[in-house]
Amino acid sequence: MATLREMAQHPSHVKISTDAECIRVEFTDKHIIDEVVIRQIGNELTKLVDETARPRLVVSFKGVEHLSSAALGTLLTVMNRIRAKDGQLRLCDIAPQILQIFEITKLNKVLRIEKDLDAAKASLGAAV
Amino acid sequence: MAQPAPKPDPDARLERTWVLQEQREDIERLQGEVCALLHGAGFGEASTFAVRLALEEALVNGFRHGNKGESGKHVTVRCILDRGRLEIEVEDQGEGFDPRSVPDPTAEENIEIPSGRGIMLMRAYMTSVEYLPPGNRLRIVYDRPA
Repeated sequence: MATLREMAQHPSHVKISTDAECIRVEFTDKHIIDEVVIRQIGNELTKLVDETARPRLVVSFKGVEHLSSAALGTLLTVMNRIRAKDGQLRLCDIAPQILQIFEITKLNKVLRIEKDLDAAKASLGAAV
Repeated sequence: MAQPAPKPDPDARLERTWVLQEQREDIERLQGEVCALLHGAGFGEASTFAVRLALEEALVNGFRHGNKGESGKHVTVRCILDRGRLEIEVEDQGEGFDPRSVPDPTAEENIEIPSGRGIMLMRAYMTSVEYLPPGNRLRIVYDRPA
């Protein structure tokens, strides 16, 4: 990973790094449930998407133990933003109990989920 | 020398009530206390995951939709743990609502709408979920898996 960018004036809840293939996003918290934090994460990610031509975002959930419905909503908002810019979004490194949340809500059919970072990167460029 | 952790009591019976303002620290403290009660009664990690998730959704709904984010309003949480059954009531100060008015978030026309998944997640993880008249009191029940 070439660079690490702090995106906000507030303490960031994501780590963002870029390389030639994608923009990689990791969460710094293991619980993504606080609405205020989720709103900040959403603002950071939408800013990132808006600043990037055809963004290719890989969001890693490594270390994430809890997720709320508000976080799902933010992911959908980001997905729609990326689509509007003809970009691609991948989610990866999702623990089984978190994956179950995506399956219950059927968002695993809308959001593209890959096993790990390598698989996510390999899938970029394929059909969105 | 550290004291050994107390042995879980699967027959534990206890009752607690909290009155919360919309403060993140208080919400997390409540979740932590409820999870500690569950651990003490021999519930496993999958159970505490499910209950923490349901509590989060219930409290957010109570503060955001019930109390409409008005500061000064509170949410009351009553928790009864009785021999492997956890019953939680979350009561806000709103006028109440009809959960049937929430569209199915998994329907094709709604699947990409960012909101409306909280009740569905509670129903998926809890044994039962019901809104009591006039719709500002939510009762969720969770039975310890066999």
